[in-house]
Amino acid sequence: MKKFAYFPGCSMDSTAVTYKASLEYVAGRIGLELKEIPDWNCCGSTAAHTKNEKLAYSLAARNIAIAEDTYPDLDIVTPCAACYSRLAYAKHAAEDEFTRQEIERIIKRPFKGKKEILNFLDVFSQEDVMQACKENMVRDLSGLKIACYYGCLMSRPRKITKAEDIENPMQMDKIIELTGATAVEWDFKTECCGASHQVDAPRQSRPLIERIFRNAKANGAQAIVTACPLCNMNLDMREKEINEMFSKKYDIPVFQFTEILAIGMGAGAKTSGIHQHFWPAFDLINGVLRANFGKAGK
Amino acid sequence: MEKILNRKEGKLLAERIAREADVKLHECYQCGKCSAGCPMADAMDLMPRQIVHLMQLGDMTEVMKSKSIWLCASCHTCVERCPHSIDIPTLMEKSRMEAQRRGICAVRDVRLFNDIFMETVRGFGKSQEVILEGAYNVTSGHFFQDMKNVPKMLQKEIVRPELNQVNAVNEVRDIMKECEKGGANR
Repeated sequence: MKKFAYFPGCSMDSTAVTYKASLEYVAGRIGLELKEIPDWNCCGSTAAHTKNEKLAYSLAARNIAIAEDTYPDLDIVTPCAACYSRLAYAKHAAEDEFTRQEIERIIKRPFKGKKEILNFLDVFSQEDVMQACKENMVRDLSGLKIACYYGCLMSRPRKITKAEDIENPMQMDKIIELTGATAVEWDFKTECCGASHQVDAPRQSRPLIERIFRNAKANGAQAIVTACPLCNMNLDMREKEINEMFSKKYDIPVFQFTEILAIGMGAGAKTSGIHQHFWPAFDLINGVLRANFGKAGK
Repeated sequence: MEKILNRKEGKLLAERIAREADVKLHECYQCGKCSAGCPMADAMDLMPRQIVHLMQLGDMTEVMKSKSIWLCASCHTCVERCPHSIDIPTLMEKSRMEAQRRGICAVRDVRLFNDIFMETVRGFGKSQEVILEGAYNVTSGHFFQDMKNVPKMLQKEIVRPELNQVNAVNEVRDIMKECEKGGANR
């Protein structure tokens, strides 16, 4: 159906197993062709730009340059919010001709920086892709209340992301509603999860996670859905710890949005990745599916 | 308190950072919206608003000695809500680089994490989450941080033992070398 140059990013080969499995499943079902950029490297993530601006641009630009060479007609898509941000920054930097030439000199490759940089929310909210998802839905997740958590880097800074709405984005809400699930209105859609500060400044940044869970619960969400490997891990892996630390009883599984799509399209626990969560997710989905089983129309 | 920069030097440095960040410092009228929305403000010793104020005054010594410049998560909430779109994350970032160049660092662990991250990229061309966490725990002295998650990660095959490496890792190393000419923090 559609073809993209694909930049997986480092997390897809390690901690983002559920994202990878579900994305591949969904892409296969709707005929989305993802051509991996050959021999890609780390985009520099949150570390490179804190140390060296030129390095941050150049690491990301090498990947764009390879994609320009290998897949001249394809836009670039990446599943990770940080990768997306860094690639988009490199594209933005290339608008300045002097910087573009300097990057070319550093990476020793031609670099135009004209390609569209997309994240998977951009791709899945395109009308034809949404239509294809809709046609492939075989299950009904009606009754499941989801808080869509976008995080920082897909929305901000606006000059890089060109996002329509940075406080209340709706792309993911519309995507997950294709499954019949309800996207709740809540206030922390684009609040920060702390990113790598959860490792290097844990005492200071744990409250950021707690208040995301708190607000999701206050607005009646049974699950949180993310579109970034790190947002997902920060929430899912640390939920138990947050409960202990803040004496709370949150029971809110955290999914990638592609997992919800995969479940809607009929994927089993293993293919969608829901058996690989830190916080158990199977029972919630199982309960919803059982409640809807046999209802008219599905 | 030790003064690293005199008043004139501080003023000049603040002006240079502001110019590079495309910020007009005088446009800030201290409304405080940045600090109200900052997710890390609770842990900061100087509010984002105060960072801008100190830069207006040219007191870069205070800025560079603060924890705030290290705790900023670059989430960009402040700049989007600022009535003058003052790019505080970039002010923070450039101040942090200046501080590093002068050997000042108020939150050691953040610097350590970023350094180790970049070293794994230099070594493999890709980030290695397992090596990163291990090396960080050992060098920071927080030996057991996040270790209770490891059994589950292995049991659920969330991490695997093999390394992910760029074939042309030398290209990545050359890029890093070229960019670090004249100092790692630029």
